[in-house]
Amino acid sequence: MGSVLKKDKNIGIVETKYFTFAVPPDELVLESGEKLGPITLAYETYGNLNEDRSNAILIFHALSGDAHAAGYHEGDDRPGWWDDMIGPGKAFDTDKYFVICSNVIGGCKGSTGPANENPRTGRPYGLDFPIITVKDMVNAQARLVDYLGIDRLLCVAGGSMGGMQALQWAVSYPGRVRSAIPIATTARHSPQQIAFNEVGRQAIMADPNWNGGAYYDGKPPTRGLAVARMVGHITYMSDESMADKFGRRFKDHGKGAKFEPDFEVEGYLQYRGDNFVKRFDANSYLYITKALDYFDLGNGRGLGNVLKGVRAKFLVVAFKSDWLYPAYQSREIVRACKLAGVDATYCELNSNYGHDAFLLETGEQEYLVKHFIANVGEGNGNGRA
Amino acid sequence: MNNGKPGDGRLDHGIITGWVSEGASVLELGCGGGELLQMLSRQKRAGVSGIEIDENYIFSCVARGLSVAHQDIDEGLSEYADSAFDFVIINQCLQELRKPHIALSEAVRVGHKVIVGFPNFAHYSARVQLALQGRAPVTSALPYQWYDTPNLHFLSIRDFVLYCRKNRLSIERRAFLDKRGLVRCWPNLLAGSALFQISRDGPALIE
Repeated sequence: MGSVLKKDKNIGIVETKYFTFAVPPDELVLESGEKLGPITLAYETYGNLNEDRSNAILIFHALSGDAHAAGYHEGDDRPGWWDDMIGPGKAFDTDKYFVICSNVIGGCKGSTGPANENPRTGRPYGLDFPIITVKDMVNAQARLVDYLGIDRLLCVAGGSMGGMQALQWAVSYPGRVRSAIPIATTARHSPQQIAFNEVGRQAIMADPNWNGGAYYDGKPPTRGLAVARMVGHITYMSDESMADKFGRRFKDHGKGAKFEPDFEVEGYLQYRGDNFVKRFDANSYLYITKALDYFDLGNGRGLGNVLKGVRAKFLVVAFKSDWLYPAYQSREIVRACKLAGVDATYCELNSNYGHDAFLLETGEQEYLVKHFIANVGEGNGNGRA
Repeated sequence: MNNGKPGDGRLDHGIITGWVSEGASVLELGCGGGELLQMLSRQKRAGVSGIEIDENYIFSCVARGLSVAHQDIDEGLSEYADSAFDFVIINQCLQELRKPHIALSEAVRVGHKVIVGFPNFAHYSARVQLALQGRAPVTSALPYQWYDTPNLHFLSIRDFVLYCRKNRLSIERRAFLDKRGLVRCWPNLLAGSALFQISRDGPALIE
């Protein structure tokens, strides 16, 4: 994810913690009506909760992310995925705020997902894992926030799928969210976004090792998952950032067999794909991409109507070169906020990085986030509009 | 977008602040760095928000704690309901818009009252430069050369009054300014810029 090593100003060593709830018979009822339990959430926290418990910020990760958003795990030389944004003096300033990030349900980074044991069978869930939605992810997080003793969150924030969770939080728990920062995201997955996800899913399911999702005893569908990740990576970059990064350059040792990767961009995608399979579960990829595709905050009622009653103030950020979550989708969110009378600020940032910009383009994003949260903290209630 | 500097210490801001009622809801189109909105928020406890196209101004608005949308006024204000605001302000950016007529129509739709401020193209110094020197005017209210001006439309005070009459907009308040302060006579000749408060249905004040 391209985070630059900035060891000078970071939180230092952090640890992932675990919270288990929804133990039968008190399972979590999912949006589908199915029940899931027990559920474990992997989470990390940075900074300290203040006395009146009013400085908590909940951060959400994107499709392939995890609870490790900042700092370093013991022995690692790469920091968490949003370390540029979270830390002392940074946008989410851990000197002032208590920052929480958890792995989503359905994930494979410590939270309950299809690779975990199904208590009913004693074997991994596989496809017996119920379909989950962004709303289910958020409902599970609300239990974690309860457990941490926090009633109201100062801010909820994330990019891409993280932005969807921020939107869902503001709608599902209007009394518990003072501000929301959805970045490079949408209130509704578009046919194009669904289409790219479907190509990824088909690649996984076409891998003979996938075996209907029951591969935990044998070889996992690594080729399929790698291809899914390659497609994903193409959509995260822009034409311009690819041209800058690879051009039409050939790899140094580009003299292999026919159709071995000889362009740099081919080598890069294969490298990314091959790396991804070491750290991600193919079934989780299926479940989480499906949750994204089902995401439609307006859900037939109209986004403006759904946002009525939302009390959080919004900072919506989009990137000009992001063609996977194009700026018009963020403008739709802002438009609906205005119609609903929700206080919203919108900024469309210049960047060549495409969708990945929310992870890489931290300078201006950091400035916006830092000042926006500072004003929420002071309770500067500007604007009825 | 605030390119005009009529007088200084922003006399126009002072006048607008005087016109906006206590606790009003205000939308400013082309709000720049948010100086006026902050003034309205502090002095009139107004509920303020802005629209601005320049990214750098967005940063300064956010730093002031203002709600601002990064968007192009020329694309309309369809996200706002009719009469959503007590006041809509278009100060010193009307002449920079591609479609000022659409912006004004939208402004009077979403605002009960609209405050418009613009540089007066018929100021005597502009007339002298054009008539006697044969040059495109450069004045303190219109400080740009023809090749670098952000201004796309040039209008006079008289033009604006005729526009309001033609479009059945009532002029409720007006103020004329030059470098030294208020201009009380011959405004179309002597004022560098003008402020008008208009509405669709208010009582007609002049002409």
